[in-house]
Amino acid sequence: MVDLFLFGIFPYVAVVIAVGGSIWRYVRNQFTYSSLSSQFLEGRQLFWGSVPWHYGIIAVLVGHLIGVFFPAGVKAFNSVPVRLYILEGTALAMGLLLLVGLVILVVRRSTNPRVRMVTTPMDMVLLALLLITVVAGIGVAIFYRWGSAWFVTTATPYIWSLVKLSPDLKYVASLPVLAKIHAVAALVLIAVFPFTRLVHIVSIPFAYLWRPYQIVMWHRRQVQ
Amino acid sequence: MDVRAQLSMVFHLDKCIGCHTCSLACNNLWTSREGTEYMWWNNVETKPGTGYPTLWEDQGKYQGGWMLKGNSLTPRVGRRLGLLTNIFYNPYLPSLDDYYEPWTYQYQHLFNAPLGEDQPTAKPLSQITGRYLDIEAGPNWDDDLSGSSVYARNDVNLAELTPLERESLFRLEQMVFFYIPRICNHCLNPACLAVCPSGAIYKRGEDGIVLVSQEKCRGWRFCVSGCPYKKTYYNWKTGKAEKCILCYPRLETGQAPACFHTCVGRIRYLGVILYDAERIEATAKVPDNDLVAAQLGLILDPGDAAVVAAARRNGIGDDWIAAAQRSPVYKFVKEWGLALPLHAEFRTLPMLFYVPPLLPVIASMRDGSYDLAEAEFFGRVESARVPLKYMARLFSAGNTETIKRVIRKLLAVRVYQRAKAVGDIAEERVAAMMAEADCTAEQAEQIARLTSVPRFDDRFAIPPYHREETIEQIEQLMRHKGHVGFDFNLPLERGL
Ligand code: HEM
Ligand code: SF4
Ligand code: SF4
Repeated sequence: MVDLFLFGIFPYVAVVIAVGGSIWRYVRNQFTYSSLSSQFLEGRQLFWGSVPWHYGIIAVLVGHLIGVFFPAGVKAFNSVPVRLYILEGTALAMGLLLLVGLVILVVRRSTNPRVRMVTTPMDMVLLALLLITVVAGIGVAIFYRWGSAWFVTTATPYIWSLVKLSPDLKYVASLPVLAKIHAVAALVLIAVFPFTRLVHIVSIPFAYLWRPYQIVMWHRRQVQ
Repeated sequence: MDVRAQLSMVFHLDKCIGCHTCSLACNNLWTSREGTEYMWWNNVETKPGTGYPTLWEDQGKYQGGWMLKGNSLTPRVGRRLGLLTNIFYNPYLPSLDDYYEPWTYQYQHLFNAPLGEDQPTAKPLSQITGRYLDIEAGPNWDDDLSGSSVYARNDVNLAELTPLERESLFRLEQMVFFYIPRICNHCLNPACLAVCPSGAIYKRGEDGIVLVSQEKCRGWRFCVSGCPYKKTYYNWKTGKAEKCILCYPRLETGQAPACFHTCVGRIRYLGVILYDAERIEATAKVPDNDLVAAQLGLILDPGDAAVVAAARRNGIGDDWIAAAQRSPVYKFVKEWGLALPLHAEFRTLPMLFYVPPLLPVIASMRDGSYDLAEAEFFGRVESARVPLKYMARLFSAGNTETIKRVIRKLLAVRVYQRAKAVGDIAEERVAAMMAEADCTAEQAEQIARLTSVPRFDDRFAIPPYHREETIEQIEQLMRHKGHVGFDFNLPLERGL
């Protein structure tokens, strides 16, 4: 019953809230979309927190996506033990890297008097959620070895079953509790996405790579 | 020829008395909100000095402006991908402490203090954290050379002077300084804009004012590093960048910007110039020594029939062309060649020009007292008290010939006027100086008039904006009813 709610219904609720909420926030008040950088107020700790955190989380997220989109490729890659060890080792290293970054960010937010002035309750909620997700994820990686191998035979088909609108809970039913916590925390993160600073992720400025250096805007003519 | 119009400015430094009225006018109007207390879109610095934020001219530290390598011009903070890899932490961002921690005083304590032996005091409180603060620096900590051993001596423009030259600058009896008021230069090749990953900064086509779209800004905070003049600021509360808007809401209703309007020394001039947008990039790539000349070469003669025709073709109205023709900026910068851009070597093509100060330059000293032995009322350019090398570093990208020419002319006008008013300078001497400075009597009269007794309308040739027509054409008028300035319908609150 709990499983049905958490893994059969909640994922849809989370995605609808995430997409709908982000669009609503964007349309209603784009002014609130910002990275809300606090580097101006405190730089040293931010460097040791933000850089490992971001490079780590981006690598790990991309890893998850590869598992979802290319399960056959991952299986083939892992069929040689050495490659499996390298993949697992790298993933765990990235996980520990981002954990260190995250802990530094949490400590910084809670102790630096200047940064505390620009910390909303939501910032702390978000950091707590991230911490739960990350710790559970790393726990899974340590205690249930070869995650990259079993991920593609459990999580991947489960996620695709969600996409096909016929959630198949048999894939998740037998997962260890730690993995379930990790997954549910991630779903909660998706649900709160539009109400946190995480919206900065949809603002990744890719266009900067090719736009012209100068921008001139005209009242009457269109943008030149 | 792609003719565009630009609202351009001249500050006459000999007239600045360093009163900071301009800064306060701007601050009252635009930056007295939470998150902006530390910002001075207009600030006035003492030179020599390290300025605000401290050492802003040191691009080794802040990586502002453009870098020319061979024929490629790139922002110093990084090329496109390189810049984005620094997005999680920008290594060149000035911190609050490079400006100063803004504070107020605990005034209530003066009223609420319990009865006691001593007078109560109002202790300083940080405007960021609300805690007691030991004030260690402020936006004008080095005003009038105070703390010169920490500030003035570290002025990066002194780098090329010999130790002896530097020493003589700071000997107590010979100390010399002047003021530089600074606002955003509304550059033709703005680096703040070029490094903005979200593309939130833009230059207005019609008048060249550079603005940050508060809606598009995502707080990636690169513009702050990108601007070599440190004239974009990070609002720590809203997580958005803000900068001088040249008071466009005032301009659009025919008023001078607040700092211009209130300037006590009346040092500020504002007007339209026409320039050739086609040559912007090529100009920004000219070697240092010829950079100023090239930049001035971009500015077109609004009296030239071909320029007028090209301007009309580009949709510039006759009233704007007329404004360009009576622009005091065009006169100072082009006709008389008296005003120069600040730090042209940053290659942003700034559109604020400075008439360099003459007074500290001409007074020469010998053995610690004014040198009257030269038997001339004003000293000679070569025996300047502030070495020309220093002035050249500031105003002519290091080219001493350029600055010398300007100073000669300023001096010639001074001598011409003195001879006329007091009559204690020989005619041949005046004639010789005027010839050397390539200045006619008529021109000298005009310069003297616009310098010393200009009326409001002589200083500010504000073109008519026709906001009503523009808005009517593109928007529903009723939607703009009651709007001024930043038009937001929701309170500007920080995101969650
Ligand atoms: C390429 C994508 C991303 C970019 C460009 C980006 C950029 C930034 C920037 C500029 C900041 C502000 C740092 C500062 O204070 O100066 C920030 C903060 C933050 N980012 Fe990201 N980010 C990205 C992806 C992510 C992802 C995927 C997550 C998590 C799932 C994330 C979570 C956070 C958090 C929690 C903070 C706040 C840190 C604090 O407490 O100060 N970011 N990000
Ligand atoms: S002075 Fe700085 S902020 Fe102003 S336009 Fe130039 S580069 Fe941009
Ligand atoms: S108001 Fe005018 S005279 Fe006073 S400091 Fe500002 S620029 Fe100088």
